[in-house]
Amino acid sequence: MAEKVLMKGNEAIAEAAILAGCRHYFGYPITPQTEIAAYMAKRMPKIGGTFLQAESEIAAINMVYGVSSAGKRVMTSSSSPGISLKGEGISYLAGADLPALVVNCQRGGPGLGGIQPSQSDYFQATRGGGHGDYHMIVLAPDSVQEMAQLTIKGFELADEYRMTSMILADGTIGQMMEPVSFDFEIKEAPEKPWATTGTGMKRPHNIINSLYLKPEKLEETNIARYEKYAVVEEKEALAEEYMMDGAEIVLAAFGIAARVTKNAVKAARAEGIKAGLIRPVTLWPFPKAYFEKALGTAKEMISIELSMGQMIEDVRLATQCRIPVSLTKRVGGMIPSVEEVLCAIRKAAERIGD
Amino acid sequence: MTREYLFAGFGGQGLLFSGKVLAYKGLLEDKNVSWLPSYGPEMRGGTANCSVIISDEPVGAPIIANPDVLVAMNLPSLDKYESTVKSGGTIFVDNSLIERKVMRDDVSVYYIPATRLAGEIGAPTLANMILVGKLLSVFDEYDEEYVGKALAKCVSARHKDLLELNKKAMETGRAY
Repeated sequence: MAEKVLMKGNEAIAEAAILAGCRHYFGYPITPQTEIAAYMAKRMPKIGGTFLQAESEIAAINMVYGVSSAGKRVMTSSSSPGISLKGEGISYLAGADLPALVVNCQRGGPGLGGIQPSQSDYFQATRGGGHGDYHMIVLAPDSVQEMAQLTIKGFELADEYRMTSMILADGTIGQMMEPVSFDFEIKEAPEKPWATTGTGMKRPHNIINSLYLKPEKLEETNIARYEKYAVVEEKEALAEEYMMDGAEIVLAAFGIAARVTKNAVKAARAEGIKAGLIRPVTLWPFPKAYFEKALGTAKEMISIELSMGQMIEDVRLATQCRIPVSLTKRVGGMIPSVEEVLCAIRKAAERIGD
Repeated sequence: MTREYLFAGFGGQGLLFSGKVLAYKGLLEDKNVSWLPSYGPEMRGGTANCSVIISDEPVGAPIIANPDVLVAMNLPSLDKYESTVKSGGTIFVDNSLIERKVMRDDVSVYYIPATRLAGEIGAPTLANMILVGKLLSVFDEYDEEYVGKALAKCVSARHKDLLELNKKAMETGRAY
């Protein structure tokens, strides 16, 4: 096994992207994700890649559109306010069916908000974020190791489905250091016969476009895209189950909230409370099947979030509101403590004990 | 076993670095580790801290509410975090910068004039490493081989010349 190194989550994303064959990075600095850009600035020139600090987030995402059109693996990264700026470009990527990786190392909002960790861009990420009917594949790492692993997976899924993958991280996972191994098997990027790489006078022109003025044609592209999304939902939804054996109180949490929740679930089990955690790794597609399965033993669910309650809607949809789902949250850059989560579990245990 | 450390002081005192050396030593010894910095708008002169967890088990939340060990390098940090240390925990105080004593009697306290000692050995910026040296010796975890390896991982190639000085600082703390 490759040697483990101690690295920040943001740096792990950058290194993994390079390993995945990404040679084009465009970004604009914003806390708490700037280490990604800094790492790329250092490494890309040495390996024949391109690092470019664009004049704005909007410029950066449009550069991503250009490189992706030419068939190369490409990424950009930002944090919440910057991702809003990229929204238009992300919608264009979706409309043109272009693969790309976008990293959102979330901070508190709305507006400029703050620079501390948050998960309040969940709706933006899982519902598309920009205008029009579309989805991104949204991956939610909860460790530095997963920052690397899901970056690689993000590129692979993006290419496979011609979609944008988003790493939805947060300030804590981005800033923290943990041991990480880069011992990955990496699939080569597939052939991209649709890319605008020059016809060599041997084939018709490829056209990358998101403009369809004929409504019949635009309807057709939308419907075809949603058929593809149905396949992604069928095949790619992923979650981690933690202490779910016979779980009566099922917690849902992703990213840094899941790390806190794991401690709380472990403590609750030690007190004899049958608690368990479902940690969505893909936020879109949402891993509904794990929640349906949990209904076998679950009597209550609690969504633990760094938002005013966003993922909780997907938990309710996945369980069709068949059991109560409550919310435990902190926002604005605050993180729920293990004690707060444990308290919520104990209260749920009292309720179901009646 | 799990031990949670909080390093706190002014930005520029090298607290994040000393936490990293400790975490890297843990990693090299095959432990589970996490390192989490405060990342505010504060830079040199402001407050800075980092949380390090070293454990035999996988690390859950990297956030520490009640550390086992506090390393305090300025008065605001001691004021802020003294009460958060677990009962039975340990506090290391740079008493060349902090005049007051620790008020609790349910924790072990070590006063080390780290900043003064650092000046005396010609390494005025390495008070942080003197404290780490002392910390490791107090816990009987000062393994020269791993200390050396961890330092080698953390001192950047650009500052290779400072490797020996870092070791000297840690040795000074160990011997104090």
